Amino acid sequence: MAEPMLKAQNALPQGEALVLGDTRIDVLPMPRMTSLMPGPGHAALAKALRKHHGLDLPDPGGRVSSDEGECLWFGLGQYMLIGPAPSPLLAGAATLTEQSDAWTSVLLEGPLARQVLARLTPLDLRDASLPLGATARSEIAHMMGSLTRVGSEAFRLMVFRSMAQTLLHELKDTLEAVAARQAL
Amino acid sequence: MRMTCPLCGARDLREFTFRGAALARPEGDDWNEAWHDYLHLRDNPAGESREYWAHAAGCGAVLLVTRDTRTHEIFAVEQARGAGA
Ligand SMILES: [Zn+2]
Repeated sequence: MAEPMLKAQNALPQGEALVLGDTRIDVLPMPRMTSLMPGPGHAALAKALRKHHGLDLPDPGGRVSSDEGECLWFGLGQYMLIGPAPSPLLAGAATLTEQSDAWTSVLLEGPLARQVLARLTPLDLRDASLPLGATARSEIAHMMGSLTRVGSEAFRLMVFRSMAQTLLHELKDTLEAVAARQAL
Repeated sequence: MRMTCPLCGARDLREFTFRGAALARPEGDDWNEAWHDYLHLRDNPAGESREYWAHAAGCGAVLLVTRDTRTHEIFAVEQARGAGA
């Protein structure tokens, strides 16, 4: 009997979800995503990642990207390789877990983005503590998530796929409220 | 109250979960008064206290926090990993 093929799918319809006050909520395409967990000590993983993907292992709160892909700090002892399929040769240095459809990624971009997030996360979103390229694990609307500053007014938010609709709902509601205040 | 996670920096209290007093684990596997004390009896210190906190909504690290229960002043935050936890 033929093996059934299971195809990973984005948890949300990809593309624009809402634009208000020049600020956009966009569901991002689902990239290939693999968590890398090196266990105690990460020197071997740093070496293997450099050798096989040309990426440095980021420090806590950091993100390293190149044309080939991105490595994102994702918490204690955990990194996310985003973009490329992981080289099997990484497996000697870390536990690799396929995460592509396990997380949902939404981009919030525009002049109201920071005000929207200020209502949803306890993070300090100012430039000094969250500069361009910085990433943080924190609460987003009471959900544990990952937040990365990807532009001067752009933030990429990630939550578990089971919470995708809730994230989108909270973002839309909050953008509506912030934009309405702006229009007063 | 804000705590400074060694990995994440200063964060709001709501990201952290209290995980109990940091106590010395008794020697040996046989039940005795020391184990009873370790499992069930707690002081209620007014002053300096050593506690475990999990940065549950952040990086996931378990932290060893030394703080003053009267003033909420925090003296030290370190990763519990490697600190005898
Ligand atoms: Zn932390």
